[in-house]
Amino acid sequence: MYEGQIAETVFYRGHKGDQVIAYYARPLGAGPYPGVVVLHHMPGWDEWNREVARKLAHHGYAAILPNLHYREAPGASPDDASAKVRAMGLTPDDQLIGDVEGAATFLRAQTYANGKVGVMGFCSGGRQTYLAACRIPSLDAAVDCWGGRVVAKPEELTPRQPVAPVTLTKDINCPVLGLFGNEDASPSPADVDQTEATLKQHGKVYEFHRYDNAGHGFFAVDRPNYRQYAAVDGWQHVFEWFGKYLSA
Amino acid sequence: MCSNIIEQANIFGSGKGAQGWFELRQANVYYDHPFHAPLDHALTIDFVNHDLGPSARVAVEMTADSARELVRCIEAALAAGADAHLAEGPMVAISVKSMP
Repeated sequence: MYEGQIAETVFYRGHKGDQVIAYYARPLGAGPYPGVVVLHHMPGWDEWNREVARKLAHHGYAAILPNLHYREAPGASPDDASAKVRAMGLTPDDQLIGDVEGAATFLRAQTYANGKVGVMGFCSGGRQTYLAACRIPSLDAAVDCWGGRVVAKPEELTPRQPVAPVTLTKDINCPVLGLFGNEDASPSPADVDQTEATLKQHGKVYEFHRYDNAGHGFFAVDRPNYRQYAAVDGWQHVFEWFGKYLSA
Repeated sequence: MCSNIIEQANIFGSGKGAQGWFELRQANVYYDHPFHAPLDHALTIDFVNHDLGPSARVAVEMTADSARELVRCIEAALAAGADAHLAEGPMVAISVKSMP
């Protein structure tokens, strides 16, 4: 059977109609294909996140990876852009939500789309994934990979990120998969416990998998935190989750 | 990145980046996941000049112990310098603040 994919940069309309650049990977075929919005980690719109988009495409998903740091640093390298955004107080939550909504609209507009769209993010993108699941009712599935500050202390809230996403849990309208390392400090196992208890309290559809001997970012093959067992098992859960909830 | 802790200092000096020397205006200091160093967490310092764009940056990432040793060396070097040299110009942190 023929196998092929294309990966390229595209522009779409995000928050307030702003132009957002994104990396977009999809299978070369007629479809129908589900879509996934991938939210990059704080180190930025980098090579590893592009690999994630291509992996999703390899498994039959149209995956769009918006550059969430584009406005503040157009054309800059991922690390320089990330440093700039960090110094500015991180990506504003409202802007993030607008950019995810725009990306989902872009995915659903394609002729080969099946109409279902999930969201998946890592690290700060994991927090943003949880937030998107709370605030965008049209999403069909979410995968939060070790998102820190879903549970946030009052002193961690800022004008740009004024709400702890866990407090919005009652508004979640899609199934949530969570992957976490038990050696992670942010989110800590206690943070994950609190998030899970809140999901349970509100009767949400969710599944959490927690791994011993794993900390933060255990999918990242270019970092010392990579954990082979957790990564392989975690990816299997990701594809089972999306396969279950993003099929037309 | 899973903390939003950042310490910022206004500084005066110069740094050498990818495009050569430029005037430094700020130093952003944080302890979080690094971009390049093979560490889970690193003390990172971005020496920047925001007026010149995001690429006007000299970045360093190091272990916590390295950072403490660096602090010790900076303090020792300053202490060893002549007071007359230290008083010559606007060369040290003017203010230090935390992000709101």
